[in-house]
Amino acid sequence: MRPSESDAALLRIEDLRIEVDKEGTWSEILHGVSVALKRGEILGVIGESGAGKSTIGLAALGYTRNGGRFSGGKVFLDGVEMLSAPTAILEKMRGTRVAYVAQSAASHFNPAHTIGAQFAEVLRLRTGMKKQDIARKAADLYAELGLPDPETIGNRYPHQLSGGQLQRAMIAMAMATDPDLLVFDEPTTALDVTTQLDVLGCVKRVLDRAGAAALYISHDLALVAQLADRIMVMRNGDMVETGATREMLANPRQTYTRELLEGLQTQRDAVFVPEPDTQPLLRLDHLSASYSGSEKVLDDVTVHVHRGETVAIVGESGSGKSTLTRSICGLLPPMAGEMLFDDAVLPPRLDRRQPDTLKRIQLVHQLPDLALNSAQRIGTIIGRPLKVFQGLTGRAQAQRVTELLEMLELPASYARRYPAQLSGGEKQRVAIARALAADPALLICDEVTSALDQLVAAGVLRILRRLKQELSLGMIFITHDMATVREIADTVIVMRQGKVVNRGSVHDVLNDPDEPYTRELVAAAPEMDPDWITRVRPNFNNRRRTGT
Amino acid sequence: MSILTKTILQRLLIGIAMLAVISVVIFLAVDLLPGDIARAMLGNAASNEALDAMRAKLGLDQPAIIRFLDWAGGVLHGDFGVSLATREPVSETISTRLYNTLFLAGMAASIAVPISLLLGIGAALWRDSKFDRIASLLTLGAISVPEFFVAYSLVALFAIYFPIFPPIATLPQGAGFMDRIDVLILPALTLSFCVIAHMMRTIRAALIDVLDSPYMAMAEMKGIPMRRRVLRHALPNAMAPIINSIVLNLAYLIVGVVVVEVIFVYPGLGQVLIDSVAKRDLPLVQAACLIFAALYLFLNTVADVLAIAFNPRLRFPR
Repeated sequence: MRPSESDAALLRIEDLRIEVDKEGTWSEILHGVSVALKRGEILGVIGESGAGKSTIGLAALGYTRNGGRFSGGKVFLDGVEMLSAPTAILEKMRGTRVAYVAQSAASHFNPAHTIGAQFAEVLRLRTGMKKQDIARKAADLYAELGLPDPETIGNRYPHQLSGGQLQRAMIAMAMATDPDLLVFDEPTTALDVTTQLDVLGCVKRVLDRAGAAALYISHDLALVAQLADRIMVMRNGDMVETGATREMLANPRQTYTRELLEGLQTQRDAVFVPEPDTQPLLRLDHLSASYSGSEKVLDDVTVHVHRGETVAIVGESGSGKSTLTRSICGLLPPMAGEMLFDDAVLPPRLDRRQPDTLKRIQLVHQLPDLALNSAQRIGTIIGRPLKVFQGLTGRAQAQRVTELLEMLELPASYARRYPAQLSGGEKQRVAIARALAADPALLICDEVTSALDQLVAAGVLRILRRLKQELSLGMIFITHDMATVREIADTVIVMRQGKVVNRGSVHDVLNDPDEPYTRELVAAAPEMDPDWITRVRPNFNNRRRTGT
Repeated sequence: MSILTKTILQRLLIGIAMLAVISVVIFLAVDLLPGDIARAMLGNAASNEALDAMRAKLGLDQPAIIRFLDWAGGVLHGDFGVSLATREPVSETISTRLYNTLFLAGMAASIAVPISLLLGIGAALWRDSKFDRIASLLTLGAISVPEFFVAYSLVALFAIYFPIFPPIATLPQGAGFMDRIDVLILPALTLSFCVIAHMMRTIRAALIDVLDSPYMAMAEMKGIPMRRRVLRHALPNAMAPIINSIVLNLAYLIVGVVVVEVIFVYPGLGQVLIDSVAKRDLPLVQAACLIFAALYLFLNTVADVLAIAFNPRLRFPR
């Protein structure tokens, strides 16, 4: 931080109000929020989805999403009022003084142009910088951010990079013009835990070097705590509280902030341990599978699930954990290995399975928005498996739908609603209710909480835990999130590149991992401690926080 | 082998196979039609002996398979045979007619493509504005009206009420380029009416799809001016569907001219096709159909190749 300028606010948002068009009427989603940000300061903005945190981040660029409008207040960026600035000034400010890093770099890069061309664009447009100098600068930033082949990676198109690489390339692009303010909008949410840790480190390093100020938006308090000097908590378009990071973590003043902090603390029942000589409900022995026929996506995978047991399958994208569910569900017949379900051979192909087998294995998908038919009412969605598998119609079906909704702690009146009228967490509970309607013995949950906010996810996990016990279900829980594993799993299987690299009870695997990859995964899960990142990545010097 | 050459080669092979299948189908279809050329030439009063003699003269007494193989062998040597009715070489009749048809299609395209591009891009940029609504209304109106109605309305308006253009499109001997254009204005306008709506709406939809994408928001947040956002960020990504729509409509312009040619008495390929079907003049029918099919396949291939050329994902697979 430059001391001489430290008093002047770089960004000043005053009583900002934003409205969105909801089917013809304007409704306010940001209700008069004021924020000030000093030069070089990092402000963490946290809250659930819909809290208005992205909205406020975009407002710092004088931008609202389609269908939104500024209805009051002011945004000053280095003295320039962004909301009333003429287009030419606004474009110049956006290009050079403030930059945005989006959650999904993959969709925010233009697929028709190379990474390098998109890096260079603003510099070419706004500065007289020469082509070679721009290429030099890009290569330096790529190298600093740990991208492979920094000299040539700029010639590649976005689809030729991985998610983590794209996210870094986007950070590089944002740094191109040495802006005074960077807005990071959940830059690591879509990434694997170990990649997230690396990208987080990159963000920290470039911010420290450049001395730029930042708004770091996230729903993950533990992540924000690693970077931010100050934290602002938002809820339903209002600021709940703001304060220095350490102080807020140690002493949250508002109930909501306390809930967010406590939502991460584990409070769970005893871990299920299967009786040694009982037969597992599902037995997969030495399973191998492949999409292409040659390259194995699953390689010699053995998984046993008992009734009443939750087996968490953990791994990063590409580890084969979703492929495993496809094989269990009969969508991808394995090349080799044995599948036994309830002491009977499980036919590898879906069309060879008996209706009763289909009914007893149910899958809950990651994204309820895709898994629920948006044109059907909730009652119809849940009623369908009741009719198909149980033969229930009319009053009996409606009765059972009500029971299922209540089981998932949803009001019976929801049966008449459409999915669009429900929140994300509620939709996911409907998807679970639909799976339970078939009266399954085995429930496969594929990343069911990863698209949900922390508190909402905690609610879904609590319900799943209860249901598993009440119904004595066998459960396979696919996830990449260690905190979720701790909450729900009895047994953990760690997968990497199609192979099982570690397995054991949740205590053994998480608390004392003896296998290096598992140790890495466990270590990469952020803890609610601002010093955590310096502990796990000692080379991220904490100059900013300790030096000032 | 690059993806482009692979696609082109693949399409070429498929195209040849398709043409072979098409010629068989056409041959059988014409063969199944009641009546034959002998009857068509000699009239209903002709005696059976005269008909048989005529058939023998034209080679129609041979079994269908022999006649087909005969014809196919000729085609493979570049000889499309002679017209049964006029005894003129088919290739001669067809080539002037093909030129006429392509000229008309080209003219219609040079009216329709720029207009649809302007309307489509404008409608996408100013979505839900008055411009968008009026453009949509007009083009939809135009597409809902049958071709012959548009044709006769234009004739009534611009040839009879205001006699600016000729009502029919016959070409006098030795007609120059400008005469040709003058004669073809009304037919070309009629054809344009039919394709503008479709092209404009696909262009609009393709562009809106792109304009709504996160990378367009990103471009705006990078402070890229509007003009550059549209030309450099949006258009390259909308190009594939736009080109696809334009090329397929071009194919329609060539293949779908039949009605318009008949209305305006224009000596194009469509008219030949109609006449020769009426007379059961098999070699002409075959040749006309093959040319239509080949053009259609060719334009489809062009659309696919251009779509690949404009999409880095296809040009540079991971």
